[in-house]
Amino acid sequence: MKSGSNLEKILCSGKFAVTAELGPPRGAERSIIEKKAEMLKGYGDAFNITDCQTAVVRMSSIAAGRIVIDAGVEPIIQMTCRDRNRIAIQSDLLGAAALGAKNVLCLTGDHQKFGDHPMAKGVFDIDSIQLIQIVKALRDEKQFQCGQELKAEEPRFFIGAAENPFADPFKYRAVRLAKKIRAGADFIQTQIIYNVKKFKEWMKMVTDMGLHEKAYILAGVAPLKSKGMAKHMKNNVPGMDVPDEVMDRMTAAAEAKKGKEEGIKICLEVIEQVREIKGVAGVHIMAVEWEEAVPEIVKQAGLHPRPSTEN
Amino acid sequence: MIVADSKPFHEIEQMLSEFKKVYIVGCGSCVTICHTGGEKQVAELAAKIRLTAKLKGKSIEVIEDSILRQCEWEFIEEVKNVVEDCDAVLSLACGIGVQYMAERFPNVRVFPGVNTTFMGGPTEQGVFWERCAGCGNCIIGTTGGLCPVSRCAKSLLNGPCGGSQNGKCEVSQETPCVWNQIYDQLDTQQLLSTMENIVPPKDWRTGAENHPRKMVLEHLVMKK
Repeated sequence: MKSGSNLEKILCSGKFAVTAELGPPRGAERSIIEKKAEMLKGYGDAFNITDCQTAVVRMSSIAAGRIVIDAGVEPIIQMTCRDRNRIAIQSDLLGAAALGAKNVLCLTGDHQKFGDHPMAKGVFDIDSIQLIQIVKALRDEKQFQCGQELKAEEPRFFIGAAENPFADPFKYRAVRLAKKIRAGADFIQTQIIYNVKKFKEWMKMVTDMGLHEKAYILAGVAPLKSKGMAKHMKNNVPGMDVPDEVMDRMTAAAEAKKGKEEGIKICLEVIEQVREIKGVAGVHIMAVEWEEAVPEIVKQAGLHPRPSTEN
Repeated sequence: MIVADSKPFHEIEQMLSEFKKVYIVGCGSCVTICHTGGEKQVAELAAKIRLTAKLKGKSIEVIEDSILRQCEWEFIEEVKNVVEDCDAVLSLACGIGVQYMAERFPNVRVFPGVNTTFMGGPTEQGVFWERCAGCGNCIIGTTGGLCPVSRCAKSLLNGPCGGSQNGKCEVSQETPCVWNQIYDQLDTQQLLSTMENIVPPKDWRTGAENHPRKMVLEHLVMKK
């Protein structure tokens, strides 16, 4: 075991994993996180705590992660390179580990232009691949990025990374995934999938390269809440591929005032389809600001109850 | 070249409001090429300052000039007499030229007439793009001659982020994704496999993180 996290145990045992997202609040209320954790408990193997997602100020993912641990839920701490340099990142990794976090997701981060402080200076001292290397070197080599030895207890994380099968250049996407895995990623969570056909094509490249045997690949899914959200995803979210068929279904559902139901239905269909694809080790459910949808999705997808890893 | 953008006129007007005799001086190098700090722009700006003053019932004497390079002492020296006869200097040079003027003439107030923006060049008539971040450790030999440090919004060194789509950057649909361009270029040169290499964190010490930077050419330094 690299970290001994619940997620690592589930994936190593060959069970189909479920992760979901838990967004920290835009305020200092501990209770909001506790409520979300209570609601999601038992409906996933670990939960991503987002790090100022879309560059909007929210409670620290590490602090929120600890609150989640206290509530009996395992966090995956998201960490971006947008807001801190390598000194702050390594410092935060040590702190997160000391607070009991065992999974970390390494991201470059959304550009500050998209957030609530577009005038901020973006750091980007390192990129996501270099961040993966740093987390791995701390864990496996007991070495800081500067090359100095970590003489005390090392942070032991199960290392995650993200990849977007729908970004360009398409042919390079599997190669980039290979880089992330070579850098040290243990598991991968993909961008949200609505275009299953294209995802399949990408997974074919991934399995042809044998990458699914070197890291666990979790397919990203997200329930659409409304026609408006589908439109926003299609037009405004970078690197998102929402096919016309999905748009049409959400439009029709909007007329019947059944947007949410249809969104969940589409999500369940995507889960069912990606489960059949070779190399997919689990799903990652991103119900942004709609965490209540997660238990229903997990139950209806037949992924509940979650297997216990406690002996 | 160094690219500079004109300052908003109201800002210039405000900077010069308390002066009676102003020397507006252009620079014959980069800012002339980018049409913001050359002779022509000096003439246009001087005319506008005079006209605005007249309309507001104020009097201001404006002397127009341009010198070859404001970042060289010998060229600045040539305008010594006229500068010292004025209350203020409005330099349309880049930030370097403005500082040379200010340093040479400490008794005269010196103001910037342009906003220095980046190191780049024109890609078509009237359009300028950033091309270099002055990181002090050039890597473009490995990236098909395209600079990801200055041309990628996140200065990524390991390929395009997940926001690259249809050759465009997620930050702006007007901006080409430089990593997409690098990919195409390396593909053309049959070097695509080099994009599999993991580039380690960059040593930024040679870059702007370590300013002010200094370069010494030992063989040219006059021994005292």
